[in-house]
This record gives sequence, C-alpha cells and structure tokens, in this order.
Amino acid sequence: MAYRLFTDAGGRHANAGLTPYALNAPLFSDYAEKLRFLYLPPGAQARYRPDGVLDLPVGATLVKTFAYPADLRRPGERLRHVETRLLIHQADGWVARTYVWNAAQTEALLKRAGTRLDVRFTDGQGRARIIDYAVPNQNQCKECHQLDEGMTPIGPRARNLNGDFAYAEGTENQLAHWTRQGLLTGAPAPKDAPRAARWDDPAEPLEARARAYLDGNCAHCHNARAAASNSGLFLELEETRAPQLGIGKAPVAAGRGSGDLKVGIEPGHPDASILAYRMASTEPGVMMPELGRSIRHEEGLALIRAWIAGMKTP
Amino acid sequence: MIRFAIALLAASAMTAAAQTKVLTVAPGPDAQERIQTALLDAKPGDTVQLAAGRYELTDGLSLDIADVTVKGAGPARTILSFKGQKGAGEGLLVTSDRVTLRDFAIEDTRGDGVKSKGADQISFLNLRVEWTGGPKETNGAYGVYPVASTNVLIDKVTVKGASDAGIYVGQSTNIIVRNSTAAFNVAGIEIENSMNADVYGNTATHNAGGILVFDLPNLPVMGGHSHRIHHNAVIDNDTQNFAPKGNIVAGVPTGTGIMVMANRDVHVFENRIDGNKSAAIMLVSYTQKFDDKTYNPLPRDIIVRDNKLGKNAWDPQFKGGSMVKALLGGKVPPIMWDGVTTFAGLPDVARVRISDGPVLNLNLPAPGDIDRAKPTISPTVGEVQVAEPKAVVLPKAQADLGA
Repeated sequence: MAYRLFTDAGGRHANAGLTPYALNAPLFSDYAEKLRFLYLPPGAQARYRPDGVLDLPVGATLVKTFAYPADLRRPGERLRHVETRLLIHQADGWVARTYVWNAAQTEALLKRAGTRLDVRFTDGQGRARIIDYAVPNQNQCKECHQLDEGMTPIGPRARNLNGDFAYAEGTENQLAHWTRQGLLTGAPAPKDAPRAARWDDPAEPLEARARAYLDGNCAHCHNARAAASNSGLFLELEETRAPQLGIGKAPVAAGRGSGDLKVGIEPGHPDASILAYRMASTEPGVMMPELGRSIRHEEGLALIRAWIAGMKTP
Repeated sequence: MIRFAIALLAASAMTAAAQTKVLTVAPGPDAQERIQTALLDAKPGDTVQLAAGRYELTDGLSLDIADVTVKGAGPARTILSFKGQKGAGEGLLVTSDRVTLRDFAIEDTRGDGVKSKGADQISFLNLRVEWTGGPKETNGAYGVYPVASTNVLIDKVTVKGASDAGIYVGQSTNIIVRNSTAAFNVAGIEIENSMNADVYGNTATHNAGGILVFDLPNLPVMGGHSHRIHHNAVIDNDTQNFAPKGNIVAGVPTGTGIMVMANRDVHVFENRIDGNKSAAIMLVSYTQKFDDKTYNPLPRDIIVRDNKLGKNAWDPQFKGGSMVKALLGGKVPPIMWDGVTTFAGLPDVARVRISDGPVLNLNLPAPGDIDRAKPTISPTVGEVQVAEPKAVVLPKAQADLGA
C-alpha cells in the first residue's frame, strides 16, 4: 500500500497534509540535507510539552528525506534523494522504516537490513567527495530512537522547533505556525517556550550553541534512559553536573576510543578531551556518534573545540 | 512512490508464534544483509543457524527479538570476520531478552566483539572472540561484553587480544562466568559495577592482569558486591599492559593475578595463581579523583583463603613497586593490600581477611598515597567473618542450556 505522502512518484512534492519543519540543532548526517515533514491524522493534535518530545498522537508520522545537492555550496539544488525514513506512531508504539531511492529517483523501496551507498557531492570547500553512506538497519534505528524499552522521535521538541521556518506563505515561528494550523495545542507564545540555540548561528552564545549541538548529536544515546546509559556521560541540554557532562570524567568502556586521553573534557584543552577526539575520528570503534556518519563534521567539531578551549580550568 | 509493507508490521506485532523455525544462513556474497535480515525476521523461539564457513562483514549486526538462539557450527568453523568493518561500535549487539549466542567465532571487530545491553537471561556459550593479529592497542576494547544486563551466563568462551577486557561484565546482576579462557588481553576477565558474580573454572593466562573485580564512580550502577572468584587458573599473566591510556585497566600492573578494586563482599578462594610477576592478589582502592558522594572507593569485606600460590610478585610493576621491593630486601609477598581502612565522609571501616599469607600491607593513609606507605608483612591479615554469598542461580531454562 502507498501512504501518498507525496503527490509525485519521486517524492519531491509533499502532499497537503504534510507540514515541513526544521530543527535548531539537528543531527549531523554526513552533510545530507534533511527534508522533514509532520503528518497528523485529520483532527488529531500534538500536545505541547516544555521538555522532551512533543506528545504526538497515534497516527502521527514523521517523514525525513535524506538528500544531497550536487554542490553543498548550493543547497537545495540538483538534489539527489538517498533515503526517506518514516517514524510512525502506532497504537503500541513508534516504529521506524527506511526506504532507499533508486538511481532513477522514481521509487524508494523498504530496506530493513541496512546497506551502504556511494554518494558523491562537492563539499563546502569545493572538493569532490565520495562517501560510503550507511543506511541503518531497523535495529540501528532503535539504537538512536530508544527511550527505556520503547522508541521515540528525537527531533520534535519544543526547544528544537522554537525558531522560524520559511513556509510557502511566509516565514513564521514553527510553534506559532503549528498552533495556528491546529496541529499543536497547549503551547505558550514562542517567547515563553524553551529554545535551543541554533548551533550554527555565530550571533548566539558559544556555550548555548555547543550544548545545543551535543543535545542534538549525542544526547539521544547519552542520557540515563537510552543506549549509552552505561557510559555515565549524559549530554542532554538539561544536564548540569560536571562529571556527567564529561568534565574531568575518566572513560568507562571507551577502549581505544579514549585516544590515550584521560578525561572526556579537559577544560581549556580540546586536544586533551576524548569528546573532541572521538568527534574527529572516522574509525569504527573510535568515532562518535557510532552510527549515522562516515565523515567528520568539521563545523560541529570546531564549535565543540572552541567551547572546550574557552572553558575555565578549575 | 513509497511502498509500504504493512504485512510486516502486522507480523511483528504478533506474539510468540506457535511454531518455531530455523532460519539458516550460509557464507557468501551479501552475508551482511542476509544475516541481518535473518536477525530481523526471527520470531520468538526461532533459531538463526549460521552454517560453517567464513562470513566477511562490513557493519555491525544486531538482534532485538526476544527468545532467539543464534547458533554456529562451532567456534572453529563458523567465523564472523569483521576485518572490513566500516561502522558500528561492536560486531554483534543484542538488546532483547532470553537470547542465546553459541558455537561461533567473532574476529577482528573494530570496536567491541559481542555486546548485550539491557538484556535479561543472555547466554554466551562456546564462543570465540579474537583479534587475530595478537595483542595490540588498536584492537577493540571488550570481547564478550554484557552490560546493564541481568542473568548473564558466559560458559566455555575464549577471548584473545582485547585491548581492555576479554570478558567484561558491567553494571549487571546475577552473573556466571565459567569454563572460559581469556588470554593475551589487557584484562582477562573483569567484573565491574556489578552484583552477584560467580567466576569459576576459568583460565586467565598471558594477560596483563588475570581477573579483575572493580567498582568505578559516576556510573548509573555502582556499589558492586557479593562475588565469588574460585577454582580458576590464573597463570603466567605476563603480557605487557597494552591498554590505551585513560582506560582504568591501563593502570593494572603487568603481571597481576587477581585484583579487587573498591567493591564489597568479594570472596577469592581455591584458585591456582602462579607466574604473575607483580602480585598473585591485590586489594586496592580506587585512586583517581572523583566527584561522587555515593561512591565508596575501598575494597571491604574481602575474604582471601585457600588459594594455591606458586611463584608470584618477584618484580612488582605497580607504582612504587621497585621501592617496596628494595625496602623488603628483594622479597615481595604474593598478596598485597593497600591497607586503606577509612575514607573521608564514609562511616564504615573496611575489613578484610587474608589467610593465604604472607601478606604485604602497605598501610596507606589514603587511596594511592604510596609516598606515605608503612609496609608491614604478616602471615595473615584480619579476622573478619563474612558469610559467603550464595551460589548464583539462573532461571531454570537458562541454567539448563549447557555449553
């Protein structure tokens, strides 16, 4: 059966029931552009929550297409769709599915066991890149989307949606737009809702950007209820305890991921911080995140290094 | 268009199927996808049978379905090789309950070998996990790695070359590790931040340290206790410690037999311990700085008795070891206790009973304060009576598996 999420076979034109959205601090995925959409069953509404993911009703579906422009310097142009992932809220919980687009870009087929794809693009510095893009297997979806025993969306939190989006009919704050469209109930005015910094906006404070970046890129595993709970390294935006943030914290099960360094974060010294070392690596067994990237996120790494470099030594 | 396999969803929502089946996978092209598909297709009660041969894998495998057995044709015949691994933190990850992994080998993973996280009744039977290039810092950290799991059975596994611990059980409860061999790892067997482990009938040899029982601060599960380490052969642990710095095992002196760090109620008895140049048995405190008021860094209520000690401790590699050796006229006792009995802010006094002397008591005033050591040697130390924990009992179906 088809979902009719899109009006065309190539998935370029979203159906009217889909609302596009963007996040202030998204997960880095090998420089893929991500086209996100929310679908809610007719009449159903998401309920606002200040913390965590919005309370999305059964039937809600999150749609995310991973795509590459031919040249990263010209985003949105000559896009190649790689995969479209669905997160569907069924009566007994969320399920994840991913569909891989064919070379002709006419059809996407369910891929449960994961695969690797050659993806080519010109990067931000004008270099030709070929990457070994990993489509996750169904269990790997859960590794990131796990919360306690079940699965959960990660991105659509109030703080991550509290920002402007350029809709076809004009730019508007996403929480306000969702509320006005009847998709969201209970939300305060955007100025009274929490907001994660845009990680890539240099006008925002460095620490807020860095913490938002870690929240979006690490905290889905690195929290007390998820896959990396045993590490004791917790990187959610709400975390305030120094050892849990990695400051002065010895590694537990990092193995060679420690890179011969002694602590997660050594204030003032990114080169002595395991966090930065693992973000810089592309070696399995060393690199973090473990899933979802095969190349380095230079800009994200630079942000985290600058944050650590500016920390006061205790 | 996006085709959607609704039937699949319906199937996965069903409870245990009435009829169990065997999903057989053979080596060959697309082994990655074929094994992973079987691990996704399996229903509770099913067996994924991996035929004999060598499987070249490029990514991590994972299993998230309860009551599944993954079975090979033996650890010398069914080989999952991760030499070409491009992603994931381990070779095989299990996140579901009542899973049995048996009779196959995992080689050359880039990170850990086989891991279970949050699994109940997880059994690792007759497995081999090996880094085939020998001990190297670039090898993965753990071979067999259950964490945050309950009812853990590790029986007749062999692990070689792990750059941390060959067999590592972390933040888990109700554990049996038996009849297994750990060789050429940094640590042979390590029980960390866990409760109720029985470790017996194992051979730990040619590691840097043979068997470790540790407790570390700032972790979701802390306060490890109630372990019995007995009837193991802890022989010739003589591989130079090759752990990457920063990891706690990098601090294990090369040539350590059995080491207990922090923890409560650990009973070490009737082991054969020979050929370990730093010490046969060490009881030590956690010496690094920590910020965690709920953590106790001292080993306490520790019983050491009736171990058969050969030649040990002739060249101690721990910090201050050569000084201690000189101080003692060249003869270092096989058993060492750091002698720390109190820790600021903690009410209780750490007690031990060591009856396999001679014992070197460093009498440190605080963890790691080796400069203020006042070493004494005595035939035995302490007289505390601590009831031995009861033998670990696993749920019947798991206990009956047999390796």
